[in-house]
Amino acid sequence: MTAIDERPVDPGVEEPPAATPAFEAAAENADARRGFLLALPGYVYLLVFFVIPVLIVFVYSFADRTPGGTELANWNLDSYRKLGEPVVREILRRSLWLAFLTTAICLVFSYPFAYFMATRSPRVRNLMLVFVMIPFWSNFLVRNYAWRVILGPDGPWSSTTETLGLGSQDLLFTQQAVVLGLVYGFMPFMILPLYASLERIDLRLVEASRDLYASGWQTFRRVLLPLSMPGVIAGSILVFVPSLGAYVTPEILGGAKSTLLGSYIVIQFLTARNVPFGATLSVVLMAAMLAGTLAYFRAGGRNL
Amino acid sequence: MTATTASPRGLTRVVLSANVAVVFLFFYAPIALLTVFSFSNDRNPSRWGGFTLDWYREFGESQSLQDALRRSLWVALWSTIVSVILGTSSALALERFRFRGRRVFDALLYLPIIIPDVTMGIMMLIFFGDAIELVNDIFGTSYTKGIATITLAHIAFNISFVSVVVRARLAGMDQRMEEAARDLYASRTQAFRHVTLPQIMPGIAGGALLAVTISLDDVVVTQFSSGPGATTLPVFVFSLIRKGVTPLINATSVIMLTASVLLVLLSILTEGLRGNESTTTTTGGTP
Repeated sequence: MTAIDERPVDPGVEEPPAATPAFEAAAENADARRGFLLALPGYVYLLVFFVIPVLIVFVYSFADRTPGGTELANWNLDSYRKLGEPVVREILRRSLWLAFLTTAICLVFSYPFAYFMATRSPRVRNLMLVFVMIPFWSNFLVRNYAWRVILGPDGPWSSTTETLGLGSQDLLFTQQAVVLGLVYGFMPFMILPLYASLERIDLRLVEASRDLYASGWQTFRRVLLPLSMPGVIAGSILVFVPSLGAYVTPEILGGAKSTLLGSYIVIQFLTARNVPFGATLSVVLMAAMLAGTLAYFRAGGRNL
Repeated sequence: MTATTASPRGLTRVVLSANVAVVFLFFYAPIALLTVFSFSNDRNPSRWGGFTLDWYREFGESQSLQDALRRSLWVALWSTIVSVILGTSSALALERFRFRGRRVFDALLYLPIIIPDVTMGIMMLIFFGDAIELVNDIFGTSYTKGIATITLAHIAFNISFVSVVVRARLAGMDQRMEEAARDLYASRTQAFRHVTLPQIMPGIAGGALLAVTISLDDVVVTQFSSGPGATTLPVFVFSLIRKGVTPLINATSVIMLTASVLLVLLSILTEGLRGNESTTTTTGGTP
């Protein structure tokens, strides 16, 4: 399809007589039109059912909250000011901390895992990849619910701790349980981009570094880590942002003190009926997502 | 790969292998335990009380669960059909043509994948609320949110997933095949039908399976685009969990999990792991 417009005309090959600049320009125009028409249905769909909803949320974040509901005419910055209130700041701080904790734990376990994978034979690698892909794509709700069963009263967790003589260590409905559920849910999101970037590194660089008497740690710090940075950043964003917006996990495993930004947003809409403030919090979450994405491109990452 | 100094030795090797074992145990033990407890004859869903199939029988007999399951399948079917058509044509446009607005569209297609699901859910909640009100005002109808709005929302994120998978396939494909067909006087349509389409078929099938999986699993976006009395199975299960855990939820969860694991495996097999891997490397090079 792109034979005409992309490949320089080879003088040795006989071209049809019409291959003049005017003809090529016309062909290129026709091609551009075809591409545009092909993209149009998807484009329009996303404009209507994605871009417009985003814009509506943005507009509502400036709306006025009246006793009767939401008033768009009296637009103001009240909802953004509310972000500074102590209760809200506490929830934002807690969300950031738990999301950070989740990301850090995922990173610590995923990096060596991904490195191990990248240094295996293609057969073993692919097999491991399948076993990481299964939890990556399979039902998130059910996987979180599994922990609810494990941590539940008289469940496997409490019988284990009691057998070990640790007494009953209730984890359910605590912040630790939420972090556990988040790590469990999002660890594959860390492993896959890490693996993708580690797999692309020429491992002879590691050998060269070791041959030149660098210690294992130095090799990791100076060679492996800088080269796999796009993977580290991509994985961290893929874990951090959804953890920040987590709603299902705190709802199933958390208690009163584990409201995260995601659940707090939902509360604004369904319980508190404060649509403008809920919209504002959504805008904050989207801003976090965009900041993460920009950081990723800055770090030189492209498609992983 | 031959044994090189890059493959770790000594203590590092032991630590790395142990870590792999721990991670896999962490991934699969909870799922295994949940499956075991779904066969347990005890009112407490976390305790073993002998083998029974009662909870699975109860799942089959529960009218509300069956209704929710039927709605889930309906939504998954239609959202997949539409998103496969829109996602594939978007992938073809982006991968094979240059046109005005291409870069914006490219970026836009990634957003539904990376946006947190709560944000997307809230977007749909407000949007469908306002849109339906507007439509009812203009046409004097009385539509409410329900299966249709859930399906529309699922299409919005599934287009992106399908197009990513199909694009990876297109990028890994040898474009000279299409050019050769055209040089041999195949029309555009013929070249597409007989050369391009058969080659990207595994990508389309993989994308479709992925779309089905994601649609069947989604809780948050669905919850906020659904109306009263019209929920899908995961949303219904989520509401049950919040009321209190029961062995019936164990059995239902295992059924959902089995379906989603089978779909994932099928999707991996169709796409072909090797093809998939070569495309990971090729897409890394494309701008």
